[in-house]
Amino acid sequence: MNRKRENEVQSEIPGIFTGLAATAKRDLLLAWKRPGDVLNPLFFFAMVCTLFPLAIGPSAEQLEFSGPGVLWVAALLATLLSLNSLFISDFEDGSLDQLLVSPQPLPILVLGKTLAHWLTSGLPLVFVSPILAVTYRMPLSVVGVMMLTLGLGTISLSLLGSIGAALTVGLHRGTALLSLLILPLAMPIMILGANAVSLAASNDIYSTGIWALGAYAIASLSLAPYATAAALRISNE
Amino acid sequence: MWKWFHQLASPPHFYRISAILSPWLAIPGLIMIAYAAWQGLFVVPMDYQQGDAFRIIYVHVPSAYLSMMAYMIMATSGAIGLIWRLKLSHAVAAAAAPIGAGFTFLALCTGSIWGRPMWGTWWEWGDPRMMSELILLFLYFGYMALRSSIDDTTKADKASAVLALVGIVNVVIVHFSVEWWSSLHQGQTVFKKGTMDADMRIPLLIMLVGFTLLFGSMLLRRIRTEVLYRERRTRWVREMILSPEGGA
Repeated sequence: MNRKRENEVQSEIPGIFTGLAATAKRDLLLAWKRPGDVLNPLFFFAMVCTLFPLAIGPSAEQLEFSGPGVLWVAALLATLLSLNSLFISDFEDGSLDQLLVSPQPLPILVLGKTLAHWLTSGLPLVFVSPILAVTYRMPLSVVGVMMLTLGLGTISLSLLGSIGAALTVGLHRGTALLSLLILPLAMPIMILGANAVSLAASNDIYSTGIWALGAYAIASLSLAPYATAAALRISNE
Repeated sequence: MWKWFHQLASPPHFYRISAILSPWLAIPGLIMIAYAAWQGLFVVPMDYQQGDAFRIIYVHVPSAYLSMMAYMIMATSGAIGLIWRLKLSHAVAAAAAPIGAGFTFLALCTGSIWGRPMWGTWWEWGDPRMMSELILLFLYFGYMALRSSIDDTTKADKASAVLALVGIVNVVIVHFSVEWWSSLHQGQTVFKKGTMDADMRIPLLIMLVGFTLLFGSMLLRRIRTEVLYRERRTRWVREMILSPEGGA
């Protein structure tokens, strides 16, 4: 009897992709209502890219050489900046608890949130980066490679970062701690991305980096949501 | 066998056993380290290429190896704690982290002291092993920072276990990415290790065993304090402290 009723309840629950789409849509809507959250990391990205020529000097040769690295470091820092707010507002207004008690699998819901995060932080970075890359005298053929690496890399960064954000949610001193946790883990992504761009700039074979970034993105896509879900459950016990 | 294992996992039992075990690891460990240090510093002949500078290998290699072993212990016991909810294994993870960070730091320091006469620089950004080791140190720092910023012990245990597990997947990727990255900059300038002479190798092996034993003893001592702190409100701790022996 009980089992039968359970089945009935089960059948009323919408499929997992509905949950995924709903969380993603909700977060995108929230981002739309508060555009500052999306724009601030982008301004930060642009400003960090401006700092480097001021610090190391405007010589064209030097800029051309350091461009890929600078853009990647700036993108990494900008992503970190936006990660802090991934769960914090949901934690404060209690909607995170709703996610946790939802009958939908938590990793899928988390994936929806991370997807929205990538769409509002990673993807804009990809589209802003060419403007800055050109000021670093990056040739157009290399700009394409850079956008590709940033696109793939920020997917992994969002997913990896969501683990850190879930672990530090509800902690005061969260921001500094989040950077401390995520930066060492994110280093390989930056190494692969920045070096692929450097290789492309010197007309070398750069595909290794792209493939590795793709592999990293797929691996984190399949593993990170579970870790994030576990971390969220631990943080909200 | 299993019964013995389960008993060991109970804090009071572990506390008693470890008190007996700890000196049995420490004393042979220290004797071996002293013997190998004497061998390595005075008896082993000079390296024909590196002169006396190679002798730092007797500290560098064991600490580098223990830095990784401590991380493995930390992550494995964290996973055991998550899966089987063993309280003791979280205490092991908590105790292993600072020791591991210490050995990582020691490996980096001795490495850079060694690098000075060999490569002419204190720090070589292009060396993959130095980079991996540095990132490992940062991982330890992150782990300890997370642990210390969560007040609730159970929560800190679980959260840091998740972090350690994510970290261990990443350590492999870090290693390969850094290797790939450095191969762009230069060929492997690090001297290729040829066959080491037995005269040099045997003290190194003794040193490795000695360091491991000492590490085991240090770990046990740290776990003991950790267990004592965690169980401070339980009856067995109170009874032990109030007992005539004072719980030594």
